[in-house]
Amino acid sequence: MTKVADNLNPHVYEKGSERQITSTDHDEDVVDEIDEREIFDIIRNINDPEHPLTLEDLRVLEEKNITVNNKENTVHVNFTPTIPHCSMATLIGLSIRVQLLRALPSRFKVTVTVTEGTHASEHAVNKQLADKERVAAALENNNLVQIINQCVSPLSL
Amino acid sequence: MARMELLQTVTGHKGIVWNVSWHPLGKIFASCGEDKTIKLWNKEGQEWAIKTVLVDGHQRTIREVAWSPCGNFLASGSFDATTAIWDKKSGQFECNATLEGHENEVKSVAWSQSGQLLATCGRDKSVWVWEVAGDDEYECASVLNAHNQDVKKVAWHPTLDILASASYDNTVKLYKEDPVDNDWSCVATLQSHESTVWSLAFDKTGERLATCSDDRTVKIWKEYKPDNQEGVMVQDRDSVWKCVCTLSGYHSRCVYDIAWCHKTGLIATACGDDIIRIFKEAEDSDPNAPTFDLICTKLNAHAQDVNCVAWNPTGNQELLSCSDDGEIRIWKISD
Repeated sequence: MTKVADNLNPHVYEKGSERQITSTDHDEDVVDEIDEREIFDIIRNINDPEHPLTLEDLRVLEEKNITVNNKENTVHVNFTPTIPHCSMATLIGLSIRVQLLRALPSRFKVTVTVTEGTHASEHAVNKQLADKERVAAALENNNLVQIINQCVSPLSL
Repeated sequence: MARMELLQTVTGHKGIVWNVSWHPLGKIFASCGEDKTIKLWNKEGQEWAIKTVLVDGHQRTIREVAWSPCGNFLASGSFDATTAIWDKKSGQFECNATLEGHENEVKSVAWSQSGQLLATCGRDKSVWVWEVAGDDEYECASVLNAHNQDVKKVAWHPTLDILASASYDNTVKLYKEDPVDNDWSCVATLQSHESTVWSLAFDKTGERLATCSDDRTVKIWKEYKPDNQEGVMVQDRDSVWKCVCTLSGYHSRCVYDIAWCHKTGLIATACGDDIIRIFKEAEDSDPNAPTFDLICTKLNAHAQDVNCVAWNPTGNQELLSCSDDGEIRIWKISD
């Protein structure tokens, strides 16, 4: 790609620790509900469309910006673009949505929005990501699906 | 409180079912979805079953199907940017005309009451009016670019050639043809919703319109004609439409569809919270500030978002619904 990245020199943050495996994780009698940490683990390694870094490395995604309500079957993810004019915001949000759509049971209603006050077109991006008809149409576009698949698959070294 | 009884669940589509449409006689219905097929269903004994499957008409998701008022034609709008017209002049259903012109996804199709006009709309922000010009021939009568965003839905007035459209730009617009120069134009913009308007439905008189939105409300609009008794100011001799009622606090997520039964007056809504709700106008309702009561809430009507609701046109209180979960359900409402 000849296009210059929107944010040439993004700040790279330290990775968080891996999930601690406890004895209850192997106990079949313990009800293991989907929690914020689990959602974070599903999406933290999504690649940034422009840099060989993950959304966690760039602090686009943080565990504290995820809310899960198992009773109401809702998952809400806020993501923070690296710069307020990031032209990749919709694509990043779409990648998060697709990854969760594929990984979570269908009972979950997934909402993906820009962290409040972190993007110039926050409202427009949120509206587009919330429109399931436009998301469905976008996912029929092979070129776009290819780009999203590149984002959600682990980086090859 | 009304009761809503599940008569049957039918499956056959793979993936999202976007739309269901009753044949005008209420004995057949059509469904369409993500799997690019149209299925026609009828009753065999007590059970609804697939009668015909229409394939190869479209390359992408079929978003909406609509029967002509005579019941002989079926129109289908697709994300592949085309609208197909199906009929069974040859004995079985075939696609005998394909309408092209939209730049991308077609979101909705609707026939006028006379069956002589067809409207389509789509992601390209435009609304097209087509005239039936002859056997399998359709001519574009107008391209209306009044909306400034994705147009989600078109619906015709039940008796007059007045067209309504709902859009991602949060507005609803009405159009009619000027008899002097045969030009179609936008005659009213209905502004009040705070997010995408997904669907709309006229009541049986065509003097009221119900709309539903991503803002989780339903609104009822009333037409005020020139020289109306209420004294509502009307300019240019075109009617003014005012929002006379907002139903808020009932829906917990986006409202994807609304159906207003022309026989019983009941309103049904399809919601992203998997619930179907039924509203009824109160008996002492003031025409200029009507009251609608929620008379039925069907929790978990589907396992996922409800995309569409449709009343049986015969007025037998049967309701069709379809969902992201791939299922179609037939319900019976009783008092």
